[in-house]
Amino acid sequence: MGNKQTIFTQEQLDAYQDCTFFTRKEILRLFYRYRDLAPQLVPLDYSDKPAVTLPYELIGSMPELKDNPFRQRIAEVFSEHGDGNMTLDDFLDMFSVLSEMAPRDLKAYYAFKIYDFNNDDYICKSDLEKTVNKLTRNELTPEEVSLVCEKVIYEADVDNDGKLSLADFQHMIIRAPDFLRPHSCWAQLHAEDLYSLIVTPTDI
Amino acid sequence: VETGNTEHTWQCIPWAHEDFQQADTENLSRWKWRRTSSKSFKKALSEVKGLSSYLVLWRHDIHSIEGKFGTGIQSYFSFLRFLVLLNFIIFILMFSVVILPTIMYKYGIFNSTSAYISPKNIEDVCTIYEPSGNKGLVYFFTYLKDLLSGTGFLEVTSLFYGYYSIDATWLSVKYNLPLAYLLATFIYLALSFIWIIKRSVEGFKQNLVHDADPFQSYSNKVFAGWDFCITDPSAARLKHRSLQYEIQTDLQEEKLKQKIAERTMEEKLRIYSLRIFINIIVIAILSGCFYSIYRVTAFSQENSSVSIRNDTRTELVNLLVQYLPSMVITLANFIGPLIFSFLIGFEDYTPAFEIKLTLLRCVFVRLANIGVLLFSLWSQISSCGSDKCKPCGYNYKLYPCWESDVGQEMYKLMIFDFIIIIAVALFVDFPRKLLVTHCSCKLVQWFGYREFVISDNVLEIIYGQTICWIGTFFSPFLPAIATIKYFIIFYVKKIVLIHTCKPAARPVRASSSNFFFLVVLLIGLLLAFVPLGVSIAHIPSSKACGPFRNFNTSWEVIPVTVLGFPTPLPQIVFGMASEAFAVPFFVILCIIMFCVIALAQAHKRVIEQLREQLVLMSRDKIFLSRKIAEPEELDFIKFPEQQDNSRSICSS
Repeated sequence: MGNKQTIFTQEQLDAYQDCTFFTRKEILRLFYRYRDLAPQLVPLDYSDKPAVTLPYELIGSMPELKDNPFRQRIAEVFSEHGDGNMTLDDFLDMFSVLSEMAPRDLKAYYAFKIYDFNNDDYICKSDLEKTVNKLTRNELTPEEVSLVCEKVIYEADVDNDGKLSLADFQHMIIRAPDFLRPHSCWAQLHAEDLYSLIVTPTDI
Repeated sequence: VETGNTEHTWQCIPWAHEDFQQADTENLSRWKWRRTSSKSFKKALSEVKGLSSYLVLWRHDIHSIEGKFGTGIQSYFSFLRFLVLLNFIIFILMFSVVILPTIMYKYGIFNSTSAYISPKNIEDVCTIYEPSGNKGLVYFFTYLKDLLSGTGFLEVTSLFYGYYSIDATWLSVKYNLPLAYLLATFIYLALSFIWIIKRSVEGFKQNLVHDADPFQSYSNKVFAGWDFCITDPSAARLKHRSLQYEIQTDLQEEKLKQKIAERTMEEKLRIYSLRIFINIIVIAILSGCFYSIYRVTAFSQENSSVSIRNDTRTELVNLLVQYLPSMVITLANFIGPLIFSFLIGFEDYTPAFEIKLTLLRCVFVRLANIGVLLFSLWSQISSCGSDKCKPCGYNYKLYPCWESDVGQEMYKLMIFDFIIIIAVALFVDFPRKLLVTHCSCKLVQWFGYREFVISDNVLEIIYGQTICWIGTFFSPFLPAIATIKYFIIFYVKKIVLIHTCKPAARPVRASSSNFFFLVVLLIGLLLAFVPLGVSIAHIPSSKACGPFRNFNTSWEVIPVTVLGFPTPLPQIVFGMASEAFAVPFFVILCIIMFCVIALAQAHKRVIEQLREQLVLMSRDKIFLSRKIAEPEELDFIKFPEQQDNSRSICSS
């Protein structure tokens, strides 16, 4: 494979390959996805590590994320400063964890952070209420929401402190049938779906 | 924070590009090689899977239906695809074993000869069978009538049992056609049985896991419920709605369970007596249906004789009379479920149980109707008033070739079922949609768009499949007709779904549906065993046509063949079939079953114990981590009992 691309240095590409679950080709394709969101902001030469950040509105409009009720939390969790604005590193990081190649434990860790709305390292009742409302688009009555949250805490809270710590959450999510199913789409954006929306440049 | 034993450790996230140069290059390259080789292997595997998935029938259609309408409806279409394949395989089996040799003889291909053994010990009067194929000039309408009812020119073709009246053919080896016919029947029944069981085992396991962990159902729905692959806004809406509906159903069931637990004695009495009363009504309705089917079949058989072939009007009436049983059955299949879903509202069950009970009743109606039809046919065939049956064992005057008659009834049922499905789609669904779209009258708007009710559609196709299973013995081409029928129905239903149905208000999950469809299909198959068993083993086979002319019953082929084996074998086989072998075998099976049940209960107890241990272990973890974090609190004994426990667990 010739070194025909001029976007990254070889060391940068190797570093990306080691730190994500993507191959060289996939990383370059993801770069072009990132760039397509705002071609005027993203330069074609990353060898000097420019500090380019795309605002959350552009990230949240991507087809994979725009129908996801948790897209804002996902962007916040993976962004550098927790405000949803993502650099290229954050972008690759996010898709790496959401891809089918990431192991379950890693996904569970990030799932915890996504559902922890107030970032206090615990999923408390208010976090759960926000989650349930986002899932059902506020169609449930407040008592129903409250009942569901109590049930979830009752089921998953092992250390009996009224909220879910990371250990409780991991302990529960690993055994959840929908999380375990091999064809479950929990946090599995297939690589092919990413490619289908790209205009691929000739011969990388 | 630890993430367990994965190769991808935390140092990479967030990235430290500067640290990369300082890392251990040797370790890294070995690690890289391991990862790239495992990645390329995985890629190769997924490529192979991707290529083989193109061979799957209708893969793209079902995938798009899943995205737009949910997994419940998608499972209906997957089920339809399964039936198409099953019927195709059954047809290939019957074709290669039964139809092909017969056709090869009848057309003299490959210089095949055949033997016609004239029946011994049978009166001549039993062997008279003159089916009138169409001779001379007839109206075109007669051909149409014959096509629809299987009489006339169709009766003498290979469509029906009567065509296969040869006893053996020789190609280079003697080919025993009667034995092959019977064995093909057994093989296709066994094949269907095994295939259905195999598919339902996976669904059963999933159901068991799902039910076995009821204490995690809410967490599972809230945290793992959202499907991250959704990129379509309508699919997203569907998912939101299905999650909402599932959570609401669960909460409702809880409330209902509490209510049931709080019932007083007199309320219980009232409800139980109401349920008994309603069940009596249901049984009365069912008996009414069965009796009407019985009478109509008798009437149809008596009055569908060949009339003067010149009058079109009497021909039409004749055709209607022939189709009368099918019409009555379809009517009963339509009205029954309506009444049942109305009555179940009074019985005050939980919603899930209500659905199951209604479905069970509808299944019973549909399948029992076929049974009643066949029963009334047999009572006609064996009705022996005034010595009509004495020479042959069955009513030879009216039914010289009774298997072909039964085959014709099954053929008519299948054709009528197909016509009804297409007619409903054309004349009910599309006009309804046009009406609702263009007419803003209040009554019409209340009626609304049609919702695709999965259970009704599934019962429809299971009913058709049961007919096919029963009818294949009497009409070997029936599986081919069924394959074509289901193939066309797939496209008809898909078009109706996409163009006239609104998205379901209560989306159903696939895992529970799949298992349910297969269980009902299995019930249909087991019910199909009964008529076939009676026809093969009990009713004397017709002496005028078919491969079993020289035997008392169709089953007799097998004992006769077994007797023809070399000496030790017949005794062994007959020994295995006798009571001396069967009773000890049954006792041993019972013992094995008890052992397995005891093992399952022991496992359950172990699982309970392990669960309790898990809870205790996590409490110990908290206590120990507190100890490490605040060493001054060592003196503070907060959990005296658990301290003792933790010591024993740590030291073990």
